[in-house]
Amino acid sequence: MNSNTSTSTTAAAVAMGEIGEPQARRQRDHRRETWVRVLLPVAIVAALLLLWEVVVRVKGIPHYILPAPTLVLRTLIDQWASLAPALWFTVKLTLMALAAAVVGGVLLAMAFALSKWVEIALFPVAVIMQVTPIVAIAPLILIYIDSTTTALLICAWIVAFFPILSNTVIGLKSADSNLRDLFTLYRATPWQRLRLLLAPSALPFFLGGLKIAGGLALIGAVVAEFTAGSAGRNTGLASRILESMFRTEIPMMFAALFLVSLLGIVIFVAFSALARWMLGHWHESEMKREI
Amino acid sequence: MTTVTADTTSRPLVSLKAVSKRFPNGTLALENMSLEVGDHEFISFLGPSGCGKSTALRLIAGLSNITHGELTWPGHAEPAAEGSHPDLGFVFQEPTLMPWASVFDNVWLPLRLVGQSRDAADRTVRDALGMVGLTRFAEVYPRELSGGMKMRVSIARALVTHPRLLLMDEPFGALDEMTRGKLNNDLLAIWREHRFTIIFVTHSVYESVYLSSRIVVMASRPGRVIEQIRIDEPYPRDAGDFHVSTRYNAHVVAVQKALHATLQGVDIDH
Repeated sequence: MNSNTSTSTTAAAVAMGEIGEPQARRQRDHRRETWVRVLLPVAIVAALLLLWEVVVRVKGIPHYILPAPTLVLRTLIDQWASLAPALWFTVKLTLMALAAAVVGGVLLAMAFALSKWVEIALFPVAVIMQVTPIVAIAPLILIYIDSTTTALLICAWIVAFFPILSNTVIGLKSADSNLRDLFTLYRATPWQRLRLLLAPSALPFFLGGLKIAGGLALIGAVVAEFTAGSAGRNTGLASRILESMFRTEIPMMFAALFLVSLLGIVIFVAFSALARWMLGHWHESEMKREI
Repeated sequence: MTTVTADTTSRPLVSLKAVSKRFPNGTLALENMSLEVGDHEFISFLGPSGCGKSTALRLIAGLSNITHGELTWPGHAEPAAEGSHPDLGFVFQEPTLMPWASVFDNVWLPLRLVGQSRDAADRTVRDALGMVGLTRFAEVYPRELSGGMKMRVSIARALVTHPRLLLMDEPFGALDEMTRGKLNNDLLAIWREHRFTIIFVTHSVYESVYLSSRIVVMASRPGRVIEQIRIDEPYPRDAGDFHVSTRYNAHVVAVQKALHATLQGVDIDH
């Protein structure tokens, strides 16, 4: 083999982990960086909570104005029997809306990619759905649909649907033109083209859309429930927030609010991890640069 | 100059008769090109930007439609269907690899598209990787490779179906001089061993003289063939001192003369 390739061989061997010493050091540095990445934000949040606690105690702020974090935590534990089903309801609603948004968004994006005319015909409708504020149309949906849960689901779906659609459409169109030619040259079937070329090219864009849509589905679920203002057993975290507002149970409000934020964070972290897992070995957006 | 065929005993592999290509926007990209390509030739399309050399290559590959004229495959039993021809390989200007797939999976692609499983294709894919000297890199992803190595993967992918015709569109243009030289020599070695035909698009006079058995000199606006020049020099060309010989220089001068004739009265904008 010639000299050019043998130097490259060494570089690739390092990348593949065949060379011991510098590799070990890099791993150690990498592990330290991971710890700092986790600990730094945790420390900031802990400091803010501590400040909050101190201010509430020193100034003697009453709990119906601003409850201390420890009181919110205690409420969370004491009221768990009431909060847990609400949390579960919101989780279910969000994930179902998101699943429907993924199915609908991806199928429609594929139809757009296959036919220019479908896109020209339907894209404005999708935009209209996106730009109309969900708070404004939620009451209408609640009137037209008998089942409240279904109506809530539709509201959350409308909000989550658009980023998946638009991102997937861009992704499907972003496939390298030379690779498209290559698939033409080898007479790939439309299905092969979709599965082996368009879908992998669209994946980074789709996952980006999914990250946004996950948060939006939660927002849609909460906003729609606020509008519905329903009470009873089959209700989510938004109803708990409304109820406790009416009863001026501010610690309970904070506890429910905390669960909503936590859910949003979990969804975001989960989809970020999914993106890293699926793209880490090839896509720029999730690759670590070796410096 | 008259059309020269390398192999007089058999029918040409590809035959272009008065082929023209006009783009939908009205540009005449290629005018009246006639060419017969024989078995085991190494043909270069040489010319300035806009001379239609890449267009001609895409027409032969069936990636673009002919406006006028006739393109046939006389030396081939199977007719070219659906505007494409399976018995050819194509190497683009960029390596054009799928970044999400390993080197193995990239080279496997042409076989996968005709229904060969990973296991069934394993031997063929590894042979193709061996041909370009990348046996050890089957499981590596493209981003871990240098530019020259990516280009080798691209060549392995084009050769994995053992095509009779390999089309290459300025494949080494973006590489440094040393890498380019190595790839040129390796390409010649593979070509001599496997006896397929190459059409090689380039704008380097030196590269075309060094590699080719025949050079098709082209001019721009509109793109057309000016002259065909045979390089009657024995292979291998890297063993002796061909690239510093007077014969080599004489060929370079002849080709440059033909090329300069094409630039008469044309603004050189690059």
